[in-house]
Amino acid sequence: MTTATPNAPTSPASHLPVLTAKDFASDQDVRWCPGCGDYAILNQVRKVVAKLGNRKESTVFVSGIGCSSRFPYYMETYGFHSIHGRAPALATGVKIANPDLDVWVVTGDGDGLSIGGNHLIHTLRRNVNLKIMLFNNRIYGLTKGQYSPTSEEGKKTPSSPMGSIDMPLSACSVALASEASFVARAIDVDKDLPNILEQAGQHKGSAFVEIYQDCNVFNHHAFEYATNKDSKEEHLVRLEHGKPMVFGKNKDKGIFLDHRRKPRVVELGKGLTEDDLLVHDMHDESLAYMLSRMSYPEFPEPVGVLYRIADDCYEDLLTKQVTDAIESRGEGTLESLLNSGEVYEVA
Amino acid sequence: MAPEGSTVNKQRPMKSLVSAVIRFAGDSGDGMQLAGTQFTDTSAIVGNDVATLPDYPAEIRAPAGTVAGVSGFQINFASTDIHTPGDRVNALIAMNPAAFKAHIEDVEQGGIVVVNEDEFEKVNLRKAGYAEGYNPLDDEKYTQRFQVYKVPITRLNAESLKDTGMGSKDIGRCKNMYALGLIYWLYERPLDTTEKYLTDYFAKKKKLPQVAEANIKALRAGFYFGETTEMFASRYHIGKAAVSSGKYRKITGNEAIAIGLVAAGKLCDKQIIFCGYPITPASTILHSLAGMRNYGVKTFQAEDEIAAMAATIGVAYAGQIGVTGTSGPGLCLKSEALNLAIMTELPLIVVNVQRGGPSTGLPTKTEQSDLLQALWGRNGDSPLVVLAPQSPADCFDIAIEAVRIATQHMLPVLILSDGYLANGSEPWRVPSADSLDKFEVKHPTKSEGFHTYTRDDKLARPWAIPGTPELQHRIGGLEKAHITGNVSYDDENHQLMTELRAAKVARVADDVPALEPHGDRSGDLLVLGWGGTYGTITTAVDRARAEGKKVSAAHLRYLNPLPKNLGEVIKRFKKVLIPELNTGQLRIIVRGKFLVDARGLNKVQGKPFLVEEITQAIDLMLENKWGDREFLMPHHQALSLDDQDLNARLAAISQAASHGESEG
Repeated sequence: MTTATPNAPTSPASHLPVLTAKDFASDQDVRWCPGCGDYAILNQVRKVVAKLGNRKESTVFVSGIGCSSRFPYYMETYGFHSIHGRAPALATGVKIANPDLDVWVVTGDGDGLSIGGNHLIHTLRRNVNLKIMLFNNRIYGLTKGQYSPTSEEGKKTPSSPMGSIDMPLSACSVALASEASFVARAIDVDKDLPNILEQAGQHKGSAFVEIYQDCNVFNHHAFEYATNKDSKEEHLVRLEHGKPMVFGKNKDKGIFLDHRRKPRVVELGKGLTEDDLLVHDMHDESLAYMLSRMSYPEFPEPVGVLYRIADDCYEDLLTKQVTDAIESRGEGTLESLLNSGEVYEVA
Repeated sequence: MAPEGSTVNKQRPMKSLVSAVIRFAGDSGDGMQLAGTQFTDTSAIVGNDVATLPDYPAEIRAPAGTVAGVSGFQINFASTDIHTPGDRVNALIAMNPAAFKAHIEDVEQGGIVVVNEDEFEKVNLRKAGYAEGYNPLDDEKYTQRFQVYKVPITRLNAESLKDTGMGSKDIGRCKNMYALGLIYWLYERPLDTTEKYLTDYFAKKKKLPQVAEANIKALRAGFYFGETTEMFASRYHIGKAAVSSGKYRKITGNEAIAIGLVAAGKLCDKQIIFCGYPITPASTILHSLAGMRNYGVKTFQAEDEIAAMAATIGVAYAGQIGVTGTSGPGLCLKSEALNLAIMTELPLIVVNVQRGGPSTGLPTKTEQSDLLQALWGRNGDSPLVVLAPQSPADCFDIAIEAVRIATQHMLPVLILSDGYLANGSEPWRVPSADSLDKFEVKHPTKSEGFHTYTRDDKLARPWAIPGTPELQHRIGGLEKAHITGNVSYDDENHQLMTELRAAKVARVADDVPALEPHGDRSGDLLVLGWGGTYGTITTAVDRARAEGKKVSAAHLRYLNPLPKNLGEVIKRFKKVLIPELNTGQLRIIVRGKFLVDARGLNKVQGKPFLVEEITQAIDLMLENKWGDREFLMPHHQALSLDDQDLNARLAAISQAASHGESEG
């Protein structure tokens, strides 16, 4: 894989009216629980697709099953509420059939990492040009509160009354190991969400965004550490390409790479300056992986674009094989099709 | 006809035959499938009617020399119209003792058995499971029953290629061509088709001209051996079949499916996008289509069967012809997503090439046991259009018909092929491009009055595709409100939508041609079949009719909906026999739907029916010897009436085993 600068945003054709977030709101009543983190994400997504200059008719939202997968009903675009875990595969079919469509996948920690884990892995490695938003609330909400692949060990739920004995996984680590060309993390109520979604929307290839999302009914405050106004900056490191990893409300802490090449939280000022800190390079795969392993409470959790590289998209390569074959062998006709193989005449 | 430079031995008598059934058998690495395919191509080109039955092990290379590793290829070629690969083998070519052991019982009394004598030595005999010191070639049991020709093929082949400079291993790989050359001589076939193939494949495609040369040399050496040696009593001549004039090509069922799909795409001006996951015996559809990119065909090898089905739905939603192909276990995996296609009423095609089940079952063997899975194997009331091709060439027509029905009626269509059709081949009369009917696929563009689930007179909903301004809509697996397509949990609406989905499939029957019995309109017995058993049933019924029996055949290519007049046809006959390669799945439907006392002939041995098995069943029914049994199964080819009791059969098997019947 080669690195390159991000693609320029696509601007709407000049003769078409500029759309706003409101234009992307469908006529359906939004039916998530009051206070659900999904509302904040929905509002931001509507704004971002409008800002990116997307057309309603050329945008498709595909989802699986789960609370988050109700998302397509609320977007005034084309939409497909598919079956549990299969959204990336269905969306791949849409892109293969019509590469010009702008296709977004909405999934969750159960849908995308449990039942649909296989599809997520393979869609990412193929680099199908999809924007994949994985709403991570660390719980099965729709089925009333069972533990999910991202629930912490020991979590007590109706299906784990003595505490979960499952080791949770990191969605971003999975995405990186799957050769994703764009991996980011955001938080439902965080100020950086629109900016991260915008970058995902501009990326050509599979853009994977994990969004921490509060399930205020079955797992309220799971991300309290990352959303509490007073303390969140102590628990998040906001990634900026080419900038040192400084964090904390007073910008007084940072991530330092020790002599064993392990990340360490350090306080600035005691003989250490920003120049000593780890600098974010979103084209560095190893660094991205290291960041994906940093978790609260041992570390502040990275938010922003962990990794981004430019690479060919699956559907473009497939289309190119078709045009190459037509160029080299001539376009097949019904006549040539029927006369292919060893045809012989019987008089 | 003979290769250049040969002097045909005029002394050798030539016997004329109407047809012959030959079988090449050897180790799975011996190239028997290639030898068989080449013999088939040559026979088709010289004007015979042909039908083939490849039979190979599930393992790519099972332990060499063992019975488990034997690969066979049977060809029936004739100067008349034939429909089956043949019951009894007239000539067996056995490349090793295991091949001999596995196939000798299928050879007719007095039939020809050509063996590669060199391989009948101690180690190979042991690998084949023969007792120490025993060699079947010395056993009168065989030498008196068959014309056994012992040819040292390994040695003669090596001798003929000793100057090529190739290693002994590579030389050994040409044995199949040596054997093929000999059989070409025996049946008076020209070598040019195979020589051209060898040149095209090895010299041109693989850039291995020396390999091409060696194979051609071996082929010719085998031919000359037949000509020179006094070993064979006579040669055999099978004349041209009186087929209607025109262009032909030999085609397998899977090739015909692939070509039919691409043709369908051309006929409705749509792209064919095939999403599949490798599975035997369906994979060659994916291979064929992957090689047809210049026809605008896209193929997507998905990560699993479920993804392949889901991607196919995505393709359909986006407005192209989505197709997926699989076999039984894969269809199980696809069933949830297939239901999504039923719920969202999208046009797409699922090709299920049936194999022996349940579970992994018999991956390389044929069976018809997915019928009920195709019809009913999904949650909820989930009606699906199901079609079944009746011969390898018919796969072409069925593929087009499937795409036409799917797009005109806006629903998924499932094709039930089988391993026998998939790999079996026959001559296909190539249609002219303008003889194929075009059909139009419509997408709405006007927003006025547009709703996702309005319906036309076929009950089809509009196929509005992403990219169309003002027609944005959302669909999915939740129940839809009639007309608007919005999510609905309304009780009355669910009842209505359930009925509409069923009525929509039922309405496809308007396009299904009326069932025409083969033979008389009415009579004593109707033999009712479906799918790949067509050739065998037709042949058996023709034979019975030639003997004056009042038997007719009817064959179903449409399993859901059934032809409207099926019930009426059934009632015109006193009795109904339903032969199936399963334990009676169509029988359940026919009995349930028409309240008729249909009887079944049910075989699940991984092989197609033999004509004689159907003939026996016909006779039993006509002679009132069938009794009150709902079905019979052929055991060891013959219909056994006295072993109804499974326990008695098990006891007989145990007794046979304890008597140590190890060979034969």
